[in-house]
Amino acid sequence: MLLVKLFFSFIWVGLFSVGGGYAAIPLIQEQIVTIHKLMTMEEFSDLVTVAEMTPGPISINSATFVGMRTAGVYGVLLCTVGCIIPSFCICLTLAHYYYKYRTVSGVQIVLGSLRPAVVALIASAGASILMLGLFQAELHDIVFRHIRIVELGIFIGALVILRKYKVNAITIILGSGIVGTLVYGLTGAI
Amino acid sequence: MEKDYSRLWTLFKSMFVLSAGTFGGGFVIVSLMKKKYVEELKWLEEDEMLDVTAITQSAPGPLPVNASVIIGYRIAGVVGSLTAIFGTILPPMVIISVISLFYEHFRTDSYVATALQVMRAGVAAVIFDVVLNLAGNVVKTGRILYMTMMVVAFVAAYLFDVSAMIIIFICLGIGLVDLFLVLKNKKGKVIKTENKTISNKKGRV
Repeated sequence: MLLVKLFFSFIWVGLFSVGGGYAAIPLIQEQIVTIHKLMTMEEFSDLVTVAEMTPGPISINSATFVGMRTAGVYGVLLCTVGCIIPSFCICLTLAHYYYKYRTVSGVQIVLGSLRPAVVALIASAGASILMLGLFQAELHDIVFRHIRIVELGIFIGALVILRKYKVNAITIILGSGIVGTLVYGLTGAI
Repeated sequence: MEKDYSRLWTLFKSMFVLSAGTFGGGFVIVSLMKKKYVEELKWLEEDEMLDVTAITQSAPGPLPVNASVIIGYRIAGVVGSLTAIFGTILPPMVIISVISLFYEHFRTDSYVATALQVMRAGVAAVIFDVVLNLAGNVVKTGRILYMTMMVVAFVAAYLFDVSAMIIIFICLGIGLVDLFLVLKNKKGKVIKTENKTISNKKGRV
């Protein structure tokens, strides 16, 4: 019964979380904390922290976390599968029609106007992450004196390496983690 | 057949690595996918990747999963979709399952916190690298309309927190008006319009 509840809760979450991972958080809260009372609000806020700190999409992370804490491995499987079923059906349909019609000139014109928007959205996400990295604050709370020199150095270094050589992105990200932690560790800042 | 399996294996492996190494929101993984599938493997064209991103953003569900479904479908049909999804969800499932068992410790460890903080600088560098390439291509189209849309969309998204969905829908509207004007100018010339939905939308604009 618990498993069935979890499964349908996450189908619901997957179906209505439009617009990025953060949109899923209030939906999960409603299903798991408010309606089904499977977790306390405290546990739920831990969930959000962990989901943000670890790799992977936030809703998949949350599904796994809820599943594991409430029903073990079967819970993990059912929550995750439930969460992706709507995505799978909807995107498969969209992909099918996209590849059928993408060469039609009218469709090309419409898609052409979406591309600048997507570039801007990616840039905006990048700028938010950069500000968090350099100032540990969101845009509106930035104090320029608080700029973190190590992170600034890593950002510039990494960007130069990326522009000049063909380096794998994952290598760059893990490399910055290692270099930064070493620098902070050796200077006794941790 | 041998080749199909090796393609599926590459697809699974690359999705797995991207998912395991990507911190942060969906647009981060899109930048990495672009580097992997457009620049390294040359499986997709650049425009195609941007279209896929727009589609994934407009559909419900987690962005990386949506992108996996479409890219997988492009590479190897429905089997490709399933393979790509599996590669994407396996790392978070394993990592979170383990962490959820002792998350109190994980959350407060200062080395973990520091590593995650400095990695943001690296992630930002990767995204900026991708954005520089993409923005360069928008400029290369030579269309002032597209460049303006890009700048306005960035300001709206970053400075005014306008949601991605709204930005995409407004640009979709602009695209439909643009299409309408193009069709009007080409009156008399035959345009390939097998697509019923597009001609319906044209009627509404």
